Amino acid sequence: MRALVLVLLMLFATPAFAVAVDEQPLADPAQEQMARDLMKEIRCLQCQNQSIEDSNADLAKDLRILVRERIQMGDSPDNVRAYLVDRYGDWIMLEPPVKPSTWFLWGSPFLFLALVLLAVSRRKAAIGGPTPLSDDEKARLDAILAGDTRREDGQ
Amino acid sequence: MQRFLPLVVVLALVVLFLAMMLSDRNPKEIKSVIVGREAPAFSLPGLKDATATITDADLKSGQPILVNFFASWCVPCRAEHEHLMELARERHIPIIGIAYKDDPEKARAFLEELGDPYMVTANDADGRTGIDWGVSGVPETFVIDGKGIVRYRHWGPVVDGNIEAKVMPAIEGAR
Repeated sequence: MRALVLVLLMLFATPAFAVAVDEQPLADPAQEQMARDLMKEIRCLQCQNQSIEDSNADLAKDLRILVRERIQMGDSPDNVRAYLVDRYGDWIMLEPPVKPSTWFLWGSPFLFLALVLLAVSRRKAAIGGPTPLSDDEKARLDAILAGDTRREDGQ
Repeated sequence: MQRFLPLVVVLALVVLFLAMMLSDRNPKEIKSVIVGREAPAFSLPGLKDATATITDADLKSGQPILVNFFASWCVPCRAEHEHLMELARERHIPIIGIAYKDDPEKARAFLEELGDPYMVTANDADGRTGIDWGVSGVPETFVIDGKGIVRYRHWGPVVDGNIEAKVMPAIEGAR
């Protein structure tokens, strides 16, 4: 009975299409690919942590239409980015640009890495390395390394 | 001294987070990049008379003017409407209304029902003018000075507290 239900469920299940881009694609596949790649970089302003490529928001849809339009008109991806940044600011790009005001943002991982390395090396210096072997210990080590494994007590 | 370093770092972070939480910063509000620039050019049909054309030239009236993006489907627009009425009727501030992605029929009914605070209304049916102005949702209100420069962008409804605190000072500053 259970198996039958399961089979029936599988038969009548419809695949869920989680694709937000439902508009008319561009006729030229190369242009369409260019537009789709761009859409992945552009932030949906209503949902903010999604790209317009996978957002259902109304404005995201309008921006997809706009991106396709500009690409079809012969704009380069850089032109389209500049067009959008001019209106909405850098925020519209999911990846912030590298410029003086974002140097700290981009540099901070390296800064923290440098700080950690500095802290580790300072700590190491404070503890000091292992104490060197005494002459006696050295002689015993040499003997062991030379293959002389006799115990000193003669056993 | 070294012992207290972690404590100092944690306290500094607590202060930083508290300051961010208590400020009235809204993370959904995106800073407008058109403030300080000339108002973006546009040319739209009128909402009431579709044969009329409303353009950015209508903004350069020599005195501050508000541009308000609204829609009948937008709930916060309803909330701010009475305040726009008050700004227009009692303080005599000219307001240009732009119906954003709305059915003109419904937008007109909205104004009939709640009153019309606008000097003139335009119809941005496909939202392209909204995109040119960097609008991310309605309502948004812009203060334009007499020369057509955007002086302030108000994100969200213009309601009680922020009229005196933000909108009026921006209008006075634009005079």
